[in-house]
Amino acid sequence: MAATRQRKEQAIQMLFFLFAAFSIVLLALILIFLFREGLPIFKTVTPIDFIFGKFWYPTYEPPEYGIWPLIVGSLVVTFIASAIAVPLGVLSAVYISEIAPASIKEILKSVIELIAGIPSVVLGFFGMVILAPWMQETFDLPTGLNIMNASLVLALMAVPTISSISEDALYAVPNEFKEASYALGATKYETIVKVIIPAALSGISTAVILGMARAIGETMVVLMVAGGAAAIPESLFDSVRPMPASIAAEMGEAPFRSGHYHALFATGIVLFFLTLAFNLLADYISNRFKEVGSATL
Amino acid sequence: MNLTSDNSITWRYAKQQVFFNIVRLAALLISAALGGLLLFIIASGIQAISWDFITLPPRDSMTKGGIMPAIVGTFYLTLGAIAIALPLGVASAIYLSEYARQGTIVRIIRIGVNCLAGVPSVVFGLFGLGFFVVYLKFGSSILSGALTLGILILPTIIGASEEALKAVPQTFREASLALGVSKWGTILRIVLPNALPGILTGSILGIGRAAGETAPIMFTAAAFFTAKLPESIFDEVMALPYHVYVLATAGTHIEETRSIQYGTVLVLVALVLGIDLIAIAIRSAMRKRKKW
Amino acid sequence: MVTTANNIIFELKQVNFFYGSTQALTDISMDFEKNRVTALIGPSGCGKSTLLRLLNRMNDLIDGTRVEGEILFEGRNIYNADNDPVEIRRRIGMVFQKPNPFPKSIFNNITYGPRLTGTRNRADLELLVEQSLKQAVLWDEVKDILNKSAMTLSGGQQQRLCIARALAMKPDVLLMDEPTSALDPISTAKIEDLIEELKKNYTIIIVTHNMQQAARVSEMTGFFYLGRLIEYALTTDIFTNPQVKQTEDYITGRFG
Repeated sequence: MAATRQRKEQAIQMLFFLFAAFSIVLLALILIFLFREGLPIFKTVTPIDFIFGKFWYPTYEPPEYGIWPLIVGSLVVTFIASAIAVPLGVLSAVYISEIAPASIKEILKSVIELIAGIPSVVLGFFGMVILAPWMQETFDLPTGLNIMNASLVLALMAVPTISSISEDALYAVPNEFKEASYALGATKYETIVKVIIPAALSGISTAVILGMARAIGETMVVLMVAGGAAAIPESLFDSVRPMPASIAAEMGEAPFRSGHYHALFATGIVLFFLTLAFNLLADYISNRFKEVGSATL
Repeated sequence: MNLTSDNSITWRYAKQQVFFNIVRLAALLISAALGGLLLFIIASGIQAISWDFITLPPRDSMTKGGIMPAIVGTFYLTLGAIAIALPLGVASAIYLSEYARQGTIVRIIRIGVNCLAGVPSVVFGLFGLGFFVVYLKFGSSILSGALTLGILILPTIIGASEEALKAVPQTFREASLALGVSKWGTILRIVLPNALPGILTGSILGIGRAAGETAPIMFTAAAFFTAKLPESIFDEVMALPYHVYVLATAGTHIEETRSIQYGTVLVLVALVLGIDLIAIAIRSAMRKRKKW
Repeated sequence: MVTTANNIIFELKQVNFFYGSTQALTDISMDFEKNRVTALIGPSGCGKSTLLRLLNRMNDLIDGTRVEGEILFEGRNIYNADNDPVEIRRRIGMVFQKPNPFPKSIFNNITYGPRLTGTRNRADLELLVEQSLKQAVLWDEVKDILNKSAMTLSGGQQQRLCIARALAMKPDVLLMDEPTSALDPISTAKIEDLIEELKKNYTIIIVTHNMQQAARVSEMTGFFYLGRLIEYALTTDIFTNPQVKQTEDYITGRFG
């Protein structure tokens, strides 16, 4: 009787384990199918030429499959977006966690959550019909669909990730540190800048990296707003074609299992590993520097 | 000791004031961005909205008529996605929260879930195309799209459910186990019911996320235009986010269809943020009621 | 009492204190003498820690608190609007129940406070670190690892570091909130020796729930119960000849 119950319990545990392991299986499946559809391109072009090739002319005869301009496009918009989103996200987190009165705190948290909830296609649409014409007119540009526009919109998308994870990290700073600082005659500002933020730094770094990963993988915004030029940009108001935009825009036209089709999957592989690296780095930082507890006996 | 005047208390408070104002400005900018965005969406979309707009299919090469098929399509895709992700996600969370002991395997699973959460949506689209559409021969269909979206929101559901399960006090479990109830019985009768509101909130947020995604369904489910409603899970469908994208970029009548675009954006945003607000409301109600 | 007026550093006049609508302290009037160790004892929740945290305005940090009455520090009411809590806390140091060093190096823990008030010169800071650590009898143990994280120290060492950190501000008063309750007996003995040493130069007010500790280290003892000051006298008198029944019950272990 007890033995069967034990066996049943073990079977249930095993079952749940299989469910939990399914995420790993999925990750593996994603990789397998990206490889299956993407690797054939390397019969035509070497991985080095693919990644560092400067010309992306997949529909020319003969086609050229160099995604360097796409990688540069992705990195440029990601870094500029981060440069805007990191201060906004971290400072808003400081405001929410340390300074704002309770009522404003709740409102701001909802604001951040709602921004996170807005579909990316809507943000892309906003960038197209509002920001682009405004930019074109104000700065007298050939097109308002460019790096700056895409970065601004991406920054708005990255703010919620950065803000909410940073806020968690700030909130987790033990109260003892704050008390110690105040008891030594520090002002609130000094306590925030010299004690709370340093103690939350690993969490804030994780937030920043995840925010960047969010921006680099985002598709609709760069598809609609970045302008689509597959060339290495020379100014902040040039158009670019980041990797996700290239995949989304061209997959519909690429003939099934053509070189172009395989090249787009291979671009997906590069994108996958790039974001994977960001995520693993974030995971490493958040574990490596897990808050050293306060006192031990 | 040199007590220099640059560290007088007045100066220190002045620095604090400057810092606080910068921080407030950041918060204000973010709020203004959301406010401006919503204002634009509502103001420009409201005149397009009518009963016909919501209940009729598009006509005249999508330059007139409504968006009903896109609403229905998004509904099916979202429903399918949550039907797939919810059981899988809750089961995974039960393992991670109730059964798993700290160790390498659990660590790997956690990293896996985190990485899955970080996969770009367009890569999910590629995977859906390679696996569901091509390999499993589901074609571009509701089934392929719902499966792809389901995988996309799986990490969200796992995360929210695990948090909800962990928030159930350990004493509840101990009380049940001490009465001779098996572990599974305890999970089923004590832990899950208490975690239900949290799981619900997470699932609703997952639904909102799935309803708004475009890139994953571009190659797996979404049709440029279908006048008829889907009859089976192997049919292609229109979807709200894809409809916005198509009208705004690929159509030959971009300017002509502006009003339809604005209307569709408003419907999409109202739908997604409405879903999110429901989740937020449930959560805050739950927090107020919670006694432990 | 052997008190002369010019020896008073803290003077409390009819102090009431509220957390929201709950009254935590009722009608406290008492004086604290300079260069003495005063112990505050009483069962948990009696208000002794709350009173201590009033003396350097740490309770300001909790929302919804309210103080009535006067707390005079060297004759000035510290709750006057024109007295800044930051300045007050600089002159009145505090050591907490749980050692709470910053997750910084030992050196930076000590120099945290002085740097805020403008001491930047490296030589000054080094001297200050050495002085403070020597005063806290920690110098010999850490002088070679000043750049290591304070988190690597033992609990007892951490607490002495926190005392050194407070001393580096050259405060007039040192408030100690059950400073040994999280420590082992050996560390406790070291801290008590340290208090003995420090009282030559500092006014020390210590909250403790350990009556032996109060008897060992203090000259004056105040007994609190349910937010009221029940009895306040020389420590020797309190422990040998309590005047109030509740005090006697408490120190003989009949409740609490």
